[in-house]
Amino acid sequence: MMLGVVGRQAGEVGRLIFKRCSNDNAAAMAWVAASKRFMSTTEMNVRDALNSAIDEEMSADSKVFVIGEEVGEYQGAYKVTKGLLQKFGPDRVLDTPITEAGFTGLGVGAAFQGLKPIVEFMTFNFAMQAIDHIINSAAKTNYMSGGTINVPIVFRGPNGAAAGVAAQHSQCFAAWYGQVPGLKVLVPYNAEDARGLLKAAIRDPDPVVFLENEIMYGETFPVSPEVLDPSFTLPIGQAKVEREGKDITITAFSKMVGYALKAADELAKEGISVEVINLRSIRPLDRATINASVRKTSRLVTLEEGWPQHGVGAEICASVVEESFYYLDAPVERICGADVPMPYAANLERLAVPQIEDVIRAVRRACHRSSAEDQREAA
Amino acid sequence: MFLNSWLWRSRHLSRSPLLLLRSRSIFLASSCTTELLASQNASEHQHSRKLPSTVPRIRPWWNVSWSSGYRNPSMEAEKKVASGEDSYGNESKQASSTEFLDFPGGKVSYINELQFLSESSPVRVPCFQLLDEYGQVAEHACLPEVDKLLAVKMYRNMVLLQTMDTLFYEAQRQGQFAFYLTTIGEEAINIASAAALSNDDIVYAQYREPGVLLWRGFSLNEFANQCFTNNLDYGKGRQMPVHYGSSKLNYPTVSSPIATQLPHAVGAAYALKMENNPACTVTFFGDGASSEGDFHAAMNFAAVLEVPVLFICRNNGFAISTPTAEQFKSDGVVAKGQAYGMRSIRVDGNDTLAMYATIKAARVMAISESRPILIEALTYRVGHHSTSDDSAKYRKQDEMQHWKMIRDPVFRFRRWLEGQRWWDPEADKQLRSESRKEVLAAIRSAGPLKKPSLSSLFTDVYDSVPSNLKHQEEEVRATVSRHWSDYPSDVPL
Repeated sequence: MMLGVVGRQAGEVGRLIFKRCSNDNAAAMAWVAASKRFMSTTEMNVRDALNSAIDEEMSADSKVFVIGEEVGEYQGAYKVTKGLLQKFGPDRVLDTPITEAGFTGLGVGAAFQGLKPIVEFMTFNFAMQAIDHIINSAAKTNYMSGGTINVPIVFRGPNGAAAGVAAQHSQCFAAWYGQVPGLKVLVPYNAEDARGLLKAAIRDPDPVVFLENEIMYGETFPVSPEVLDPSFTLPIGQAKVEREGKDITITAFSKMVGYALKAADELAKEGISVEVINLRSIRPLDRATINASVRKTSRLVTLEEGWPQHGVGAEICASVVEESFYYLDAPVERICGADVPMPYAANLERLAVPQIEDVIRAVRRACHRSSAEDQREAA
Repeated sequence: MFLNSWLWRSRHLSRSPLLLLRSRSIFLASSCTTELLASQNASEHQHSRKLPSTVPRIRPWWNVSWSSGYRNPSMEAEKKVASGEDSYGNESKQASSTEFLDFPGGKVSYINELQFLSESSPVRVPCFQLLDEYGQVAEHACLPEVDKLLAVKMYRNMVLLQTMDTLFYEAQRQGQFAFYLTTIGEEAINIASAAALSNDDIVYAQYREPGVLLWRGFSLNEFANQCFTNNLDYGKGRQMPVHYGSSKLNYPTVSSPIATQLPHAVGAAYALKMENNPACTVTFFGDGASSEGDFHAAMNFAAVLEVPVLFICRNNGFAISTPTAEQFKSDGVVAKGQAYGMRSIRVDGNDTLAMYATIKAARVMAISESRPILIEALTYRVGHHSTSDDSAKYRKQDEMQHWKMIRDPVFRFRRWLEGQRWWDPEADKQLRSESRKEVLAAIRSAGPLKKPSLSSLFTDVYDSVPSNLKHQEEEVRATVSRHWSDYPSDVPL
């Protein structure tokens, strides 16, 4: 662990030295990548994954810039943009006045002119103050301009519930943005997802809404050398089967993937083999992977933190019913957050979001196996 | 090394000329463009910025002051108090009191009487005018350099715009397309601004500025194709009429939500600055748009980021039916400029020469000093808000007639042209009849053309067509071929 920290810091220093000597130099980047591979451990937390992705894309393309509140001097409200102001200067990392509508509109205008902004929202709850620019100015413009105006912009920030931040900081917006044609909506889970999907989003010519999760920022995951390479990207619109199984499929995204995996571990002890799909992308939704999995297992549980009505699970359920109806052996179960604004008190908050036990019980119901407890519930 | 350049930048900011009060008095005193530029440059000269007097010089982007490199905590302000400088490094002009309040925003003197600033200034901001209502040169007016060629071109475009508006409006009334709105009464703002700009300046319009496109070379056919949304429409049939756009003429497609173009223009100006491009962005908006949140955000941002953008407000008295008296309580929109730290001017929007001179000067300032400028052009919306409005319901017919007939900006400019012996009634008659013929020809040729094909329903949602939309298109085509009679005959496949 110590070696890893030292190694990472050495890598940082090396990167800084090389940056001063040779800007945007391919050899420098290769050196940095090699140094990382040589010196660092194969673990990375999601925050560093995002930071390194933005760093590398900004080094590679001078049109990429970061804009948002507290992204510069403060190093980022969640430290995701740490070090970027010092490295790239104030013209590429802009601290803004408090106006989401303002800096989102400004970012969209800059994108109209060919720059590639990364607009950070402190949380996507605050993006509602800018949602007109996200939908009407970014999502619809390529279409409404007859294909003459591209908007290569990324909107990113934490989404969904954190801990003890109450209703106006806890809403999940995956379903809202997922409905809009013209947007791409990505939901990374681990460090590999964060790096690969954010790099793909920055390079994409369409507007991308990148929904992160505050709780996941500090979580560490093993990463392969391939993931650490500066040219690593993940394809947009492809889900990943995180865990193969044959009895039932759970679809999840973001933090809930971790819950699904833990539930799967527990259920394996009972002999239920759970297949966990990490959606990675809400729009485009990887219906092919989901349906192929359901045709294999014939049971489905959808898992999300957001509200149930018109949620992501509703769309997945509709897709499966349309395409794989005759393969289903049980009704689709949706696990969602409670249909209430998120309360603050810890005990209430715990009851308002899905827990691992809820996942386990839902899987058992779908598998028609229940403990004595569940039988009492059903009766 | 990096740290030193950091400090250099923040020190440099402290010497940049933020002399609003002094500049204001300069601009009120002289209305002549070159004099204006010379005096402006003179004031800058004191602060070691060498700018040649008339040729706008472009400041390289790395040389511009950055607010994020500038932190003035109260401790630093206290030191400046001791040295007799204000927070911008200038000699303190707040003469009398020796006691100052130092706070993170800078140094401010004390006052011991309880006094509130009045909600309005005793005198309204005066309006810059060169030609009076009769087209005569006003006293003390110093006209910009406009030769016969330019003046006649401006007039011809104003007449063509007026003719196009009148006939297209009638076409909508006849049911040829679903919607239209006119620029009647605001022709001078449209054409004079366009004439004063360069084709490299990017124009973010609201919707009442097709004259800028007309000036830049958008043909009557192109206007008609968009209104009829036929298969030659650049928008591929996706926009309501009057939502024109042309990437080659630097006029991004008009967007319906009010005032969203303001922060877009600021962002685009930022991009121009990053590219070291000697152009500016220009954004038009109405009096009503100045109430939107986007207006405040854009104005504040433009001033803070120091980007070259012209904010041109067409204060035409109405936002659909809401008169300006109910839109804001301030002295119009020009009074808001200083609140954001932005240079501003009020101009008679129906005076072609005053508009031309103002925009020309503003453009030079915006680009050479990399700063935003606010221009409030006073005018009157002669037509209805749009074809969905009947303004007789909320204003008097005789008021509308008065502005239409007597205070028509086109007629006013014509008077001046005739006074210069550059125009005559015979030429006018010929111009109007020619314009009418051309506009009618455009309408007649655009109407019968085919509509956009089915594939344009599915393209451009994303940069490349995604698989679900390809699939949907196949399904639609299959359905159409099976149920041919249910499918409209005028939409090509």
